[in-house]
Amino acid sequence: MLTISLILLPIIAGLITLTTKGENAKTIASVFAFAEMVLGAYAYYSFMPNANTQFATSYNWIHSAGIKFSVGIDGISLILVCLTTLMVPFIVLSTFRNNYKNPHVFYALILFMQAALIGVFTARDIFLFYFFFEVALIPVYFIAAVWGGENRIKVTFKFFVYTIFGSLFMLLALVYLYLQTSGIAHKADFESIYAAAKSLDITQQSYLFAAFFIAFAIKMPLFPFHTWQPDTYVEAPTAGTMLLSGIMLKMGTYGLIRFVLPIVPAAVDKWGMIAIILSVIGIVYGSIIAIQQKDMKRLIAYSSFAHVGLMSAGIFSKNTDGIQGALIQMLAHGINVVGLFFIVEIIQQRTKSRELARLGGITQTTPNLTVYFIILMLGSVALPLTNGFVGEFLLLKGVYQYNAWIGAVAGLTIILGAVYMLRMVQKSMFGITSRITDGFSDLTFSEKVVLFPLSFMVIWLGIAPNMFLKYTEPAVNQLLSIIK
Amino acid sequence: MNAIIALSLFGISNLFLGFLKNRKILLPATLIFILVAFGLNLADWNHEYSWFNNMLKTNNLSINFTSVILLATFLVVAISRHFGDDEEHSHPAEYYAIMLFSAVGAIMMVTYENLIMLFVGLEILSVSMYVLTGSDKRNLRSNEAALKYFLMGSFATGILLFGVALVYGATGSFDIYGIGIAVTDAKAQMGGQYGPILMAGIILILVGLLFKISAAPFHFWTPDVYDGAPSIFTAFMSTVVKTAGVAATYRLLSISFPAMYGLWGNPLVYIVGATLIIGNITAVYQQSFKRMLAYSSISHAGYLLITVLAKRPETNSSVLFYSLAYSIATISAFAVLIIVSEAKSKAGKADESFDALNGLAKNNPFLAFVLAVSMLSLAGIPLTAGFFGKFFIFTDAFSNPSSLFKGILVVAVLMSAVGIYYYFKPIIAAYMKKGDTDKIEISPIYKYTLILTTALTIVLGIAPDLVKKLF
Repeated sequence: MLTISLILLPIIAGLITLTTKGENAKTIASVFAFAEMVLGAYAYYSFMPNANTQFATSYNWIHSAGIKFSVGIDGISLILVCLTTLMVPFIVLSTFRNNYKNPHVFYALILFMQAALIGVFTARDIFLFYFFFEVALIPVYFIAAVWGGENRIKVTFKFFVYTIFGSLFMLLALVYLYLQTSGIAHKADFESIYAAAKSLDITQQSYLFAAFFIAFAIKMPLFPFHTWQPDTYVEAPTAGTMLLSGIMLKMGTYGLIRFVLPIVPAAVDKWGMIAIILSVIGIVYGSIIAIQQKDMKRLIAYSSFAHVGLMSAGIFSKNTDGIQGALIQMLAHGINVVGLFFIVEIIQQRTKSRELARLGGITQTTPNLTVYFIILMLGSVALPLTNGFVGEFLLLKGVYQYNAWIGAVAGLTIILGAVYMLRMVQKSMFGITSRITDGFSDLTFSEKVVLFPLSFMVIWLGIAPNMFLKYTEPAVNQLLSIIK
Repeated sequence: MNAIIALSLFGISNLFLGFLKNRKILLPATLIFILVAFGLNLADWNHEYSWFNNMLKTNNLSINFTSVILLATFLVVAISRHFGDDEEHSHPAEYYAIMLFSAVGAIMMVTYENLIMLFVGLEILSVSMYVLTGSDKRNLRSNEAALKYFLMGSFATGILLFGVALVYGATGSFDIYGIGIAVTDAKAQMGGQYGPILMAGIILILVGLLFKISAAPFHFWTPDVYDGAPSIFTAFMSTVVKTAGVAATYRLLSISFPAMYGLWGNPLVYIVGATLIIGNITAVYQQSFKRMLAYSSISHAGYLLITVLAKRPETNSSVLFYSLAYSIATISAFAVLIIVSEAKSKAGKADESFDALNGLAKNNPFLAFVLAVSMLSLAGIPLTAGFFGKFFIFTDAFSNPSSLFKGILVVAVLMSAVGIYYYFKPIIAAYMKKGDTDKIEISPIYKYTLILTTALTIVLGIAPDLVKKLF
């Protein structure tokens, strides 16, 4: 029931928001988003640290085809449900200084998006998963395409067609798996699918692997499927970018853990190396491009591309450390990237520019902003005692166990990450005050309300990562036992 | 079955209603007639009856198809509110009557047991459509469309009739069940060797039917005819005629010729592939919304034919679901087109291109939402009926073990992605482009009809079992 409420609450909230007029929408949306956060926290505290699927509910959905509306939370879902419920309230709050046209639709779409994301992360039936996976795209498409920047139409369209194209292949793969389940009446729940997958031979697995890989690699995105990403992140309104990079790209990594590893393990053995190499290319390539960026938003977009490469490499390395690292890093990356995009938004609102060359010297007048920016930046650079460190350390350890050479190349992420992040902070915050940064005012209360909790989480997760790792570990171990 | 008789009588009474001074009565009267026919149709539910010495046979599948046809007719009539307003169509009673008659033809095509009835039904439907296509009497393109449709359509029907004659010659029967038995016997006796007459007969019948469904390479008439005909009848053609054609093909192939799958299966796979590719790729290049819908209807013929090919017990419900989802979404789209182009021509700038939709979200948010839902449904995006339509088709097709079929599925998937490209053009125009700021007012009947189609699209997109469990 809890899981259903987690999905239903944002839908109801969205519908209520739709009926409001004017600026009330903001307040209503944020109230509901915080209510959802409380529900998420309740799920976290009542979760038992074992491998079982908890708070599960199942209804017949398409009875004639054996498809169920079946949802539940296990350790892997939990961390993503926490991420979603934690981030959305702050994403809503971060827009408080903006005046969007048709605010009621804008906030309703954010809430619908949240419902779809929770649906993706809690679905226990492959078609329900697919359903939410695609539905999540519609609100974010409209958020980006209606409220976005100048080039939004072309860019978001490319993003939409690209991702749908990928997921259609996944649909084929899912239908194929569904038809492999035993008996005349096929089933579509995860357990039946995992059981049916055991009898697949290597050729079948390879095709399925290709189909899943294309879908998830486009979503995350991995090299060379990333071309939609930087433009979309730049053109989308900041709230949309936060949703996309903070939460939505985790649908891809989640899909890898949930489908690719347990369903086609033999194909992962055979082709995993290629996937890891692509991921590592993404890390290095993304970082190098990030170093050269002039636009802050674009820089963070490429950094996000680099980080997700490391997550995927960790997942494909198929060991506890790699997967655990990917999971904790999903959460950490979500927090950091939402915070960083918000800071870019703050700078842009005050100076009307995101260009590093035109900024500088902001620290002179803004002690608060500087502190928060540096904490979030350090989290992203993966300094020890920040959340990024835990994730990257485990990920690199996992990749190193898989192959030391690749591990070494992937390790460049720490150095390169420091280069582009420090460069960004230095060029934007330090140095001589430029014409447009003169008289930059410090954070307002509503901005602090967002940045303080985010920065707090950066440090807290860095000190006590076990508060999540202990919940994910049983599920990850169970997953690995399916593979072996 | 009584629906056929009732509808014929209603058509005639409609003609008489046309003599009345008060024309306003026509539209509600026609709608009530269709509802009555709908009720009569449902009365036969769960019974299998043969009618008129085994000429027609009703079962649940045929009743379901009849329901889809009547629903589509109802919706099309409902959005014809302003049709009789201008000089051009000063006698709307005739058109309503002809629409009812063509619905009779369509129902015969989904209920036939005797091939003669298939022919008669097809002719009733086609002749009515020729007239309706040319009903913009002073419009050159409408005349061209009618002539083109008539000439090519007559050839196609002739070919079909020739095929029926050959099949009769080979099997000695017009009865589809009788033919099925004769074919199975022939297979048993001659070990899969069929005479050339039978094979030629099947192929000729298929050509005739595929022409009506507008599958490639028999689709060349479609864009011109759909574009030239008044939008209201284009909506009728692309829903009712298509549903009837696919249902007739499905009925014939699944009852009479399942034993000869080896003969017609493979060519049909190539036809499906060609239809999907031609329909979708050409739709991408269209500048006119109406023409895009014409090509989109070709591409949907391809998806519908996949179900005809998939040999699986569930296929019945998949064909039905897809035609229903496709019909309601198409009618929504045409309704928006009709309303918008009406508003444009009132303003003196007749326009049926995508640009006509610019700024619709501002001028009338409701219409823009209806348009978005219908386009998403045609593109097969979840939360809409179109998604489950495609989903059931893919599932059915995937259970066919032939590797040729896996190939066609990949084509279908790629083409769905292409489809998203052109179905999003209207959405982008409506939501993201700026247009002239005239508000568009819509009359209540449009509003209720569109609420119905949109709600149905979304409800079926969330709970497809409502239709699926009818079987």
